[in-house]
Amino acid sequence: MKRIFAFLPLVVAVVFGGFFLWGLNPDRDPNAIPSVLISQPAPQFDLDPIPDIGTPGLARNDLVGNGGPVVVNVFASWCVPCRAEHAVLTGLVERDGITLFGINYKDKQEDARRWLEELGNPYARIGSDLSGRAGIEWGISGVPETFIVGNDGTVLYRYVGPVVGEDAISKFREALIQAGALKRENS
Amino acid sequence: MRLLIALVLALSLPSLVAAVEPDEMLDDPVLEARARVISKGLRCVVCQNQDIDSSNAGVARDLRILLRERLVAGDSDEEAVAFIVARYGDYVLLKPPFNGKTIILWFAPLILLGGGVAVGVTTLRRRQKTDKPNGLSASEELEIKQFMDAQKAGAQE
Repeated sequence: MKRIFAFLPLVVAVVFGGFFLWGLNPDRDPNAIPSVLISQPAPQFDLDPIPDIGTPGLARNDLVGNGGPVVVNVFASWCVPCRAEHAVLTGLVERDGITLFGINYKDKQEDARRWLEELGNPYARIGSDLSGRAGIEWGISGVPETFIVGNDGTVLYRYVGPVVGEDAISKFREALIQAGALKRENS
Repeated sequence: MRLLIALVLALSLPSLVAAVEPDEMLDDPVLEARARVISKGLRCVVCQNQDIDSSNAGVARDLRILLRERLVAGDSDEEAVAFIVARYGDYVLLKPPFNGKTIILWFAPLILLGGGVAVGVTTLRRRQKTDKPNGLSASEELEIKQFMDAQKAGAQE
């Protein structure tokens, strides 16, 4: 019995050490909010288009049956990181043939139109979420946020913050590959 | 004195100012009071350790309005909270709910306290045992008696 107790300090040290290792892991983001949407059906929403840009609006039904997963990006013209992310998303659409839908979150429609004119419009559909209510349905905490939705309307992945920089892009591409929207590059 | 009163008033004023703006408030004071109580228990997802009742973030305001809409629509407190939890998860509750995932959270302090007390008690008991001199055995008593008798006999000589 006494011999077992001799190992107690070691056990305590290992437990605490493991906890610290987990806590101090630079890849762990303590601010990350777990999403309840993953593996759940996408929420119900129905958004009107932004007038005069020729891109249709976005509703829950549009997410289903696109012949593959789609990317839903929540953006706004007043969101500075969105501007940086825009180039990445445009690249995914133009080079990789991703289907990209947008939710224009709490934006003035006139501002959004000007923003898209200036930077280009990679979105196949854009819903104008003036009240922010669709954003709440998606459980977003801010913009930008990007979701990958499966062909059956199931939310597969959520990325909080701008998909900018090598780490974020490779993480997001990996998620697209997992979802089956991208082929793995043989290099 | 007047200066002191003014100072106290000035210092206590900011705590009375809530983030809830007049246009959000409900006309029905009972519903509004319920909404205030519920929103004090909901976490703002932007400024994460603040409740939505005192947060100025846009999403917090939206959630306050949404909550009030649910209450006006006739939801009970639990239904209104469940509506928001369905979208943001248990994470929005400042007081974690009691369920399978959080059982460790609720019981870990008790288990740690119990374990600590148990270790402490056994350690103290054991120390007491080793410190207390055991009574002499019969053969030892006999040996001492013989020794003392021998000493007495020696002294009398």
